[in-house]
Order: sequence, then C-alpha cells, then structure tokens
Amino acid sequence: MIATFPHMGNMHIAIKELFRGLKLDMVPPPPVSKRTLELGVKYSPEFACLPLKINVGNFIEAMEKGADTVVMGGGWGPCRFGYFAQVEREILKDLGFNFTMVVLEAPDSRLSDLLQQIKALGENVSISQAYKALKFAWDKLKAVEVLEKALEFCLPRAVDKDLVEKYYEQGLQTIDNLHNRKELAGVTIEVDRAIRSVARSEDAVLKIGLVGEIYTILEPSINCHIARHLGRINAEVSRSIYLTDWVNDHILGGWVKRSNHRYILQASRPYLNYAVGGHGRETVGNSVDFARRGYDGIIQIGPLTCMPEIVAQSVLGRVSRELQVPCMTMYFDEHSGTAGVYTRLEAFVDMLVRRKRLAGGAAPVDSCPGWVG
Amino acid sequence: MKRIGIPHGLFYFYYYPLWKTFFEDLGWEVVTSSPSSRLIIELGIDTAVDEACFPIKVYMGHVRELCRCRLDYLFVPRLVSVEERSFICPKFMGIPDMVRALIEETPPLIDIVVDMSTNRKDFQKEMKRLGRLLSVKRQEWERAYQHGLQELEFCRALAREGYTMFEAIKIWEGQPAPAMPEADLNVGLLGHGYAIYDPGISMDMINRLRRMGCRVLLPERLERKAVEEQASTVPKRVFWTLGRSMLGSALHLDQRDDVDGIIYVACFACGPDSIIGEIIERKIKNKPFMFLTIDEHTGEAGMLTRLEAFCDMLRRRRMRASDCDLSSHG
Repeated sequence: MIATFPHMGNMHIAIKELFRGLKLDMVPPPPVSKRTLELGVKYSPEFACLPLKINVGNFIEAMEKGADTVVMGGGWGPCRFGYFAQVEREILKDLGFNFTMVVLEAPDSRLSDLLQQIKALGENVSISQAYKALKFAWDKLKAVEVLEKALEFCLPRAVDKDLVEKYYEQGLQTIDNLHNRKELAGVTIEVDRAIRSVARSEDAVLKIGLVGEIYTILEPSINCHIARHLGRINAEVSRSIYLTDWVNDHILGGWVKRSNHRYILQASRPYLNYAVGGHGRETVGNSVDFARRGYDGIIQIGPLTCMPEIVAQSVLGRVSRELQVPCMTMYFDEHSGTAGVYTRLEAFVDMLVRRKRLAGGAAPVDSCPGWVG
Repeated sequence: MKRIGIPHGLFYFYYYPLWKTFFEDLGWEVVTSSPSSRLIIELGIDTAVDEACFPIKVYMGHVRELCRCRLDYLFVPRLVSVEERSFICPKFMGIPDMVRALIEETPPLIDIVVDMSTNRKDFQKEMKRLGRLLSVKRQEWERAYQHGLQELEFCRALAREGYTMFEAIKIWEGQPAPAMPEADLNVGLLGHGYAIYDPGISMDMINRLRRMGCRVLLPERLERKAVEEQASTVPKRVFWTLGRSMLGSALHLDQRDDVDGIIYVACFACGPDSIIGEIIERKIKNKPFMFLTIDEHTGEAGMLTRLEAFCDMLRRRRMRASDCDLSSHG
C-alpha cells in the first residue's frame, strides 16, 4: 500500500509525519501547480467547486508517481464536500487508475473513532504508536502555525520583506525534514525569533480580517497568495481559520485546546441564525468579531459556487452596513489572472487607508462607502 | 382578515397546498406572488448576490413583489431537512437570513425551522411556536396541519398521473386540467422541482417537450420504492433529499425498457447538481442522456434546438432499432 492524500496549504507537513509514524509507504502529491489545476479542471465536473478540482489533480499526479491508496476526508452534508470522495473515486476509476480509497469520516466527532480509523489505515503499529504519531503530527501542525502567525505579523511591518519570507520558507523546510520530536520545540522558537528579528518600519499597518471557506484560506496557490500580497502592501492579515483550531473544533471534539468557536457562532446572530454547512456561519461570526475588534476591513474568499459562502456573502452586506466595516468578497476559480486580483486588493487597501485617514480627520465616516461589492 | 404572503418559488412547488390549507383553515387570507415573469426575474437578479443560483434569485423577486402588497406576515420557512439524515441545500437553510439582509422593507417573517434530520421533536416545537405566533389552540393548528397534509396528498396523487406539481396545484385550485398532446416518446426529465416546474425558470421546458411528442416522466411519477432502492445502490448514501431522489430516478429510468431517453436539468452554480449530475452522467449506461444547464440567460432558441435535436435523435434511434433494413449511415 502506497498512500497519498490531498493538499491543503501546509497540512502536508503534518500528514507526512503522521503517515511516517504509522509506518505507511506514501507518495505525497507534488505541490499544487498549473498542471495540477489543468488536470483537475479537465476531468472534474464543470461547476464543481475548486477544491474538488485540485483534489483530482493532486490524486492524478500522485498516482502517476506510484500511489495506490487515496486517503480522503468526508462528511454528511449539507456542504458538497461530504460527497467529494465519491465523485473523485468515480472520476479516477473511469480514467483507468487502479486504487483503493480510504475515506475518513468522523461519525460522532470523537477521538476514539478517529483513532480507530487511523488504526484501520495502518495495521503496522500499535495503539500507543498510533497515538504518538498523531501527537507528533499535531505538534508539527502547531509549529507550522507559529511560523504562519509570525509571518502574518512581521511581513507588513518588516522593511526587508523578502528576508521575512525567506526565513519562513526555510523554517517550513526545516520542520518538514525534522523527525526528532525533541528538537521540534527548539527549532520552532529559533525560526520564530529569526522572523521576528527582521528590522521593522514605522509605517502604520492596516488590519484586515480574512474570512471564508477553509480550503481557499489555507491553500495559497488557489487564492493567488492573497495573504502574502496584502502583507507586502502593509496590511496585516488575520485569518478566520487556522488548521489547529479547525481540527480541534471539528475532529477532536473541542477539548484539546481552548476554543472560541461557540463565541463565534453566537456572534453570527442576528445576521445568520442557523448553521448553513461548510464555514458559512463561521464566516459571518468571524466578520462580526473582526468588526468588533476594530479591524479596518474584511475580505471574504471562497471557491466559485461555494454554497455556504454565498449565503454568508448575502448577509455580509448587512454586517458591513450595520457595523460600519468595509467588506469585499472574492471568489476563486481556475482563472489565473493574478493581476486582476492584486488590483482589486490594492484598490481595497487604498480605500481603507483613505477611510481611516478621513475618520481620524475632519470628514465623517459616513462619507466613505462602506461596502465594496 | 389577516393576510399572509407566500412567495411563488422554491418549495412552493412541493408544499403549497399544505401551507395554503393550513393558513386558510386558521382563518388567514393567503396571498401569493404571480408566477415567475420577466419582471419578477429582473427584480430578483437585482436583489440577490450574483453568485446565487437562479431559483434563489427568482425567489427574491417573488419576495420583493409580495413586499409591495399590504401583508401582516410573510411566510419564508427555513427548510433544513424534510426527512431523516438528509438535507435540502445550504442556501435553503439561510433563506430567511438572506431575505432579511437583502430586502429591507419586508413585513415580519414567519421563519419556522423545518428540520426532521434527527427527530420530529424539533419540528413539533417549531409548530408550537407558530401556533403561539398565530394565537391559535393546539387542536386547531393540528387539525389544520392534518387537513393540509391531505390536500397535499391529493396534489401528489395528481402528480403521479403525469401532471407537474405546478399543474397539480392549479387543478387543485379549481382550474381545468390541461390536455396532454399525443406522445410517442418517453423521456425522463430530472432536476430540482423548483427549477423544472416553474415555467419562468425552465422556459416552459416540460410543455415544449410535450408538444414535441414526448411523454415526460418526472421523479414524482415514478414509484417511490423502486427509486429508493436504486438510490441505495451507490456506495455512499446521498445526503440531499432531492439529489437522492434524482439519482434513484435516473438509475431506475436507465433500466426501464419503455424509456427512450433521459434529460437532466441543472441550475448553474447549484452545488448538489454539480455532484449528482456528474455521478448520474457516469452511471447511466443504457439510455441517451442530455445534461442541460439553465441560468438567467434568455436565449430560448438555443435550448429549444437542443431539445429538438435530442428528440430527433431518439426517434431516429428507435427507427434504427426496429427497422433493420435502414442503413445506420442514413
């Protein structure tokens, strides 16, 4: 059995470690590239959302390299992600690939169930080894997030932005190649310090909340590296979704680390009073939260035709009006015109800067349009 | 008499007889918007966000129209789930919030949550809430609800005879039954009811097919049991109610000898359609199959041409099968 898995941002670092700990042979899919996208778009349903297309591209590329088992997540709706694995299996089977598909579906969101499923994946290890593997993968996930947060904080403030990115990339590499559990904490602190040691400028920094669908937020190659681009034009980005929070809230039953998930859901009232699947409600709740915390603007991103995000987008206009916070929605599909995306981002940031200046000066806030469609 | 508005869109086509009977029995006057017209569609497109699917946009148009009538309440239920362990679609779950956010001048909304995914208790609770809101006794609303279910069953029986739910509702309201033209082809037509039964959304596709000589087989007309049986043959249960019924219907039609072809009507940007449509397309092996996507475009001729070509192809195929003397090359 040679296992592979789909990409989602830096998740591959943790999954590789998990599989290694489970003593599974694996072929990680090559990083998402233009070819991945082309393969996915060619073989997937026309108006399926982008994550499905990227998944298909990932799997094809991994199987070309010799993988014969696909490990994929699942769910029970109403978001269509729950049916991804089924469609992907049909597509790949019709393409003539010979493989088995392992679908990880957490039926009751309990750790024991998850452990059992992981156990089903690899008979090569004992329960305690499986637990250790899971723990190390979790630690790596947390380490990666420390670096991601350092990057988000330092990139807009740094004078030499290339250097920050270089430290970050190198840090990710180091963590990826590290197989000794004891060294992890030390390495993480070291890289974090290096990133934070880069000289900073005195310019004011805008704060922007990035909300939306999980895959688009976590996978930079899909969202045209939107967070980095904003960082480079001096806007600090706070994401609504970090992978550890998501894993904690949705897979580990919320008891591994402190969670503000319930507060976020509460914050979505009265704008969205019901869970609409995916991250629709979290998008609205986080937007309200960002607005309350005085963020300068909110950007919602998602894959085109994403159902929960469309619901969220519909009510974000009201959030924007009532809480006086500019919101912009961007959908991503297979188009690759990054210049268009960057122009919109820059225009949005320019608008925020101007709005902030006017709010600080004579003109009233109302004279600035709050909502950019 | 107090007036309640029911928009003529989405689950109107599945539950209107129930809703209407319910409210009328309780002494309310029920007002519906007029059937989808270009004007309503334009209103809806103006109101909804660009990315929403076409039926949602049209629904917003209906709500906008009703907002102009003097109403005490507007009935915009939040349909989460109408059967166990299944959902409708995320957009339906957010409909009342979307209406509130997008349209400012709405009358007070009645947004009861219909969620039967785990048990019926939640639904009972919501009905009690509705009863309190309308200030009627429990017996009264329960009787009205049972009466509504009976009327709904009457409409569903009509649908089993081959009428669309749109026509069934009209017959139920007292209009004469439309005549069915002669038909020589049996064509299965699958799609979300709120899209294919609404002549404004589907460009009257069903009647056009009938005029081309097709007997249109809709999911409501098929035997429930056979459909469920076929739907359970896929490795994972489909968790969308309408999606599962469509998948089951497609597989069922695929195996029936008297069916000539199958058409699947998808709404652009519909999530379940993109997944279920793809699976159906890959699973149907025996019958000619056409996948049609509709959105707010108005190019009727293009759709008509595709329907005509499909029918021509079916007839030609049948001719070839029965008359072996005819060369397959024409």
